Amino acid sequence: MPKVKIARKSTLVDMTAMCDVAFLLLTFFMLTSNFTAKEPVKVETPTSISEIKIPETNIETILIDKQGKLFLGIDGQTHRINLLKSMGEAFKITFTPAELKRYSLRATTGVPMNQMKAFLNLSNEQIDNPSAQHGIPSDTTVTSEFRQWVYYAKKENDKIVIAIKGDKETPFPVIKTVMKTLQDLKQVRFNLITGLKEVPKDI
Amino acid sequence: MAEINTGGGGHKKGGKKRSKKASTRVDLTPMVDLGFLLITFFMLATTMIKPQTMEINLPRNDKIDKKDETKVKMSKAITIILAKNNKVFYYFGETDPKTHVNPEIVTTNFSKEGIRKMLLDRNKDVVSRIKELRKFKEKTRMTDEEFRKEATPIRSDKDAPVVMITATDEAKYDNLVNILDEMQICNVSKYAIVDLSSHHKDLIKPYDK
Repeated sequence: MPKVKIARKSTLVDMTAMCDVAFLLLTFFMLTSNFTAKEPVKVETPTSISEIKIPETNIETILIDKQGKLFLGIDGQTHRINLLKSMGEAFKITFTPAELKRYSLRATTGVPMNQMKAFLNLSNEQIDNPSAQHGIPSDTTVTSEFRQWVYYAKKENDKIVIAIKGDKETPFPVIKTVMKTLQDLKQVRFNLITGLKEVPKDI
Repeated sequence: MAEINTGGGGHKKGGKKRSKKASTRVDLTPMVDLGFLLITFFMLATTMIKPQTMEINLPRNDKIDKKDETKVKMSKAITIILAKNNKVFYYFGETDPKTHVNPEIVTTNFSKEGIRKMLLDRNKDVVSRIKELRKFKEKTRMTDEEFRKEATPIRSDKDAPVVMITATDEAKYDNLVNILDEMQICNVSKYAIVDLSSHHKDLIKPYDK
């Protein structure tokens, strides 16, 4: 019997197709996704069956963490700069352009006004530390800082939509204070950000 | 691993010099690597799904009319009190601290057999009509917008229950969202978030341990 010779085939695989696929996927991801805004605290939202999507622009996010600390952020860097400027005027604090710029780079911030200047001058490592932010002080009085923030945010951008992103474990009194404040400011339409839950079938 | 084609330049024929045919193939492995690296980065750094939201309309402070508050048909009223440890209390009708006629307080929870069963039962007229409408929608290819248009008057039927939601200070945000969610599930459109009165506190005191 003659020996069967196994032809030596090259192990090289043509990578062109794979490359095409990779870049196709890359393009898809780049076009469909929007970057996750860095949040100072991790918040686990409650779930609901509601399927209304949140708008992408003109949005004011009120972030409430487990302990009831309040954070606030609006979209658009120029809006943020103007917001901090008007807050500074209200509290008689003047911010330098560098501080305003630093503030505008953060999506949500929750710092009392008397600590704001010090906060904006922290080093890059310290500023990202969750414990650097103590939350916006809030109560139901007219002079509460939280109320001022919401008021000036609305003044800065008239089309702004308020979205509350609260943690599951947030105590109810905090939520009540927030809602009262919004109600006082006649901003009675707002959104609660929730995760998705399946709609019960039998109803 | 770039492939170099060495064939072709082997044997000379007739002494004519032929330039080597260099392969035009380029190894794409590093490019694939790069592509997948970037994909991984984009997948981790971005969000695909936009978060869901629940829309809330609170009454405006200056528009609250005392007359409006008493207009609620007392036979249709349900008061839900959220308390600690995900407990829910509810009672029907009205309660007046002066008359000392206290309604029966029922303790329940957020399960399917709990608050939802009660709400569906109380709202069965509306629920069955919505169900019919949904069947009709499937048959006739009604658009979502038309469906919403049709459903709104059914939900705000004058005999539909009116739910007052209130919570103790020990309740959590999750409880509030859950109960608002139940309102949607059970097609209750008339509901309001109200403050916890001291009378409410007295009512649930014996049950809230």
